[in-house]
Amino acid sequence: MTAQPSFEPIQPALEVKDLHLAYNVRGIPRAVLRGVDFSVAPGEAYGLVGESGCGKSTTAYAAVRYLPSNGVITGGQINVGGEDVTKMSTSDIRTLRTKHASMVYQDPSGALNPTLKIGRQVVECFTVLGHDKEKARQLARKALDEVRIADPDRVMDRYPHQLSGGMQQRVVIAMALASDPELLILDEPTTGLDATVEAEVLDLIRALRNDHRSAVLLIAHNLGVIRTMCDRVGVMYAGKIVEEGNAVQVFEDPQHPYTVGLLRSLPRHGVRKTERALFSIPGTLPQIGTPLPTCVFVDRCVIADDLCRTEEPPVVDVRDGHFTRCHHVDRLDEIPEPPADDSDRTLDGRIVIKLHQVSKTFKQQRHEVPALVGIDMRLENGETLGLVGESGSGKSTLAKAILGIHAPDEGSTISLDDEALAGLSSARSAAEMGAMQIVFQNPDSALNKMWTVRRILKRTVTKLTGLSGKAADEKVETLAAALRLTPRHLDMRPRQLSGGLKQRVAIARAFAGDPRVVVCDEPTSALDVSVQAAILNLLADLQTQEKTSYLFISHDLGVVRYLADRIAVMYLGRFMEVGTTDQIFNGPHHPYTEALLSAVPSVDGSTAVRIRLHGEIPSPANPPSGCVFHTRCHRFIEGVCDVTEPPIVYVEDNHRMSCHIPLDELRRLQAMDEGTAAQAET
Amino acid sequence: MTIETPPESGAAQPEVIDMRSEKKQARRERLRLLLRRPSFIIGSVILLFWVVCAVFGSAITPYHPLSDFDVSSQRPNAAHWFGTDVLGRDVLSRVMAGARDVLVLAPLAAVLAIITGTVLGLVTGYFRGAVDEIIGRFIEAILSLPAVLLALLVVVAVGNSRPVVIGTIAVLFTPVVTRTIRTAVITESRLDYVESARLRGEGATFIMFREILPNITGVIIVELTVRIAYAVFTVATLSFLGAGIQPPAPDWGLAIADNYGLIQAGQWWPTLFPALAIASLVIAANLIADSIESVVSS
Repeated sequence: MTAQPSFEPIQPALEVKDLHLAYNVRGIPRAVLRGVDFSVAPGEAYGLVGESGCGKSTTAYAAVRYLPSNGVITGGQINVGGEDVTKMSTSDIRTLRTKHASMVYQDPSGALNPTLKIGRQVVECFTVLGHDKEKARQLARKALDEVRIADPDRVMDRYPHQLSGGMQQRVVIAMALASDPELLILDEPTTGLDATVEAEVLDLIRALRNDHRSAVLLIAHNLGVIRTMCDRVGVMYAGKIVEEGNAVQVFEDPQHPYTVGLLRSLPRHGVRKTERALFSIPGTLPQIGTPLPTCVFVDRCVIADDLCRTEEPPVVDVRDGHFTRCHHVDRLDEIPEPPADDSDRTLDGRIVIKLHQVSKTFKQQRHEVPALVGIDMRLENGETLGLVGESGSGKSTLAKAILGIHAPDEGSTISLDDEALAGLSSARSAAEMGAMQIVFQNPDSALNKMWTVRRILKRTVTKLTGLSGKAADEKVETLAAALRLTPRHLDMRPRQLSGGLKQRVAIARAFAGDPRVVVCDEPTSALDVSVQAAILNLLADLQTQEKTSYLFISHDLGVVRYLADRIAVMYLGRFMEVGTTDQIFNGPHHPYTEALLSAVPSVDGSTAVRIRLHGEIPSPANPPSGCVFHTRCHRFIEGVCDVTEPPIVYVEDNHRMSCHIPLDELRRLQAMDEGTAAQAET
Repeated sequence: MTIETPPESGAAQPEVIDMRSEKKQARRERLRLLLRRPSFIIGSVILLFWVVCAVFGSAITPYHPLSDFDVSSQRPNAAHWFGTDVLGRDVLSRVMAGARDVLVLAPLAAVLAIITGTVLGLVTGYFRGAVDEIIGRFIEAILSLPAVLLALLVVVAVGNSRPVVIGTIAVLFTPVVTRTIRTAVITESRLDYVESARLRGEGATFIMFREILPNITGVIIVELTVRIAYAVFTVATLSFLGAGIQPPAPDWGLAIADNYGLIQAGQWWPTLFPALAIASLVIAANLIADSIESVVSS
């Protein structure tokens, strides 16, 4: 019903009509999808976005009827290539899945059988289609070649665990495309991958889409991925599509309060914590199966009125093919922007933590693996240092060395307020331990699920501050209040809390000992964007109140840019570039930084220079000679970079990098690339 | 398209349910899941029957298991459903009364093995390294010996009494329990809450017993039920070999040992019924163990 004019005469590859679906939980059907309507034209890419639990994945799985045993389609139709999937027999479903529709899941290691060689698994995809062994083998080689696997024969002879995540995902994509399907469903295909690898995989999907003319249904929580990949997008909320339209239009000019909220909760257009807080949508997604009012979003909508509760919102056609289900499309500008930030963030310049020549070498079966090499770093009072780099670059190792989880090598010094610290936390005093705490990435793993929140916080307070009894109880309550946890939350166990609340408990715990430095290790990457915004706001607020310093590790450059005052770019255990956030983003950049920046799919759709890093980060056990980055550098100078270690060059006072290329040359080259990129765009 | 809207739909679900009722609810939920499994019901009914026999003993048996003598070697008949043995004692009464020893010894031995195994599992799994290596080797050594032979040796060497039987079985079972618990502890230790406990300066004992232990209770309960089943078996084996319970106690293993020579003479009943009793109790314990495991792991 909503295909763009150019697609209209053709039968859609996927058509979902008024789909209702429920999961039976203890015999009671709980509605998950409440009338989903959309269609994907052949060759078109359609994106589904929304918070986790809104029904995106269920919709995708329903399209190939791959549902858990308690999932029941209670109404509506799903047509793939004109045939109703809901009415197909089991053998028809099999044919559908082998020939017409393929799926790629989030976790490639789970999609491949660990006990079979890659070759056998890929060949099987072709023998299933009726090719003989020899032919299938040839086709498998070709398929791997097509997903840009450099040496297909060698890869076919390997087991899945011998390949990196990016390579595995390419194999899975090759298998999904074996049948040349009319419909390709991608469920968070790049979520577990590094930004640099993600960029490569997305490029690949884009190219293959053009070759195969398959229709693509893409699910991703990263709105940037959707924007760069999709022609059209559907925004889902509580089992309904609340807005649908051209991807650029929806992201640039959203017409539903929910979409507006989602987009505003992202740190976009380079916004910084010094400018304003992020918007966060109040409340949480209703549980599945709860009866919902006429407008599904009404309980969390800032502009809702009585009309929204009594009448079903109309489907408003905003412009050609851009629909929204809202009574108040004309009142969207009443959604308030978060106020400008006027808090005092001036730093006093006092240095809290100083690292001098910190190295960490792991010993593995007589091999020495240098995970950190001569790190010099300082962190000022109340400052946030962002730590970025691919996985395996040593970010977490650095954090762990500072916290005393790993003892650094001999000759390294880590000092807190100019006092040298013992290597291991167990040799540090309670005050020193309390001064440095961490917020882990995954709150599920970070909180003991058998303890109540109160017990977690009180124990930490007691151990780190020495308070006990009433004083400790008071401290716990103050902490809880600072993190906006109610006293009710204190008596609950982690599993009774939502992801965002759990992360707040984890932050409260980190702040229990009045820390000087808090390491935030990807604290929001397990959370939905609207929850992420609330957590980031909270972290920024706490910092201004407590003058705490953060070491903020994240792969999301938008988030780092929002929160960090300075950024350090790591590669193979070394700092490649350190500078203030503006310096890092404005350049001149280290070539590695340049590549990282251009890998990020931006929700703003700004055209970055496209630099792709090929291959994987080398093993730290065997670092490349000269500049460690030279094997993947796009500005590699033969005879220089692979021979001598690069000097540390100071661009400005606070901005240093390790590169052989003279600064002026770097400036010229990068300006040139930006010029060509801009030209290519127009 | 309309969505039916019950009148109270506007009110969001209460975000938080009262703590205590929530906890009770979770427990009730688990019990309900258990009660829905036929294997759990069957296992419990059999077990309950044997528990009743064990508790009331000669008070509910048709004859006295030790001191009522009738005509010897009667086939099963209306007066003696399971027949009588060579001494003329009622087999049914002896089988019923025989549950008492097993049902005391087996669970006690299993509990003891679970306690030592859990402590060792926590220590090896948490510290890893040298401690793990040393205890691990020791465990492998015990496991490499034939279990029954080892038990026989101990009982013969130390002398035969109920505490010795319990202790021997506990020693035999400890290595297996240690391994299971160790694996669970290693998985738990990798979670960040353990790291965060270390970062606030907790000692190893606190982390092992207060942080990790509550999180592996499911594994421990499953292991306990499995071990009880095996312990029933081992008690019977030891008695059969003469190293366990001594005559004239109406123990099942002992009864088999005393009577199996008569099978060739056509007297199968004094052997078959005690054997079936052992089988039913082992099966019951296994059925319960299986259903608890699937409920705990779901």
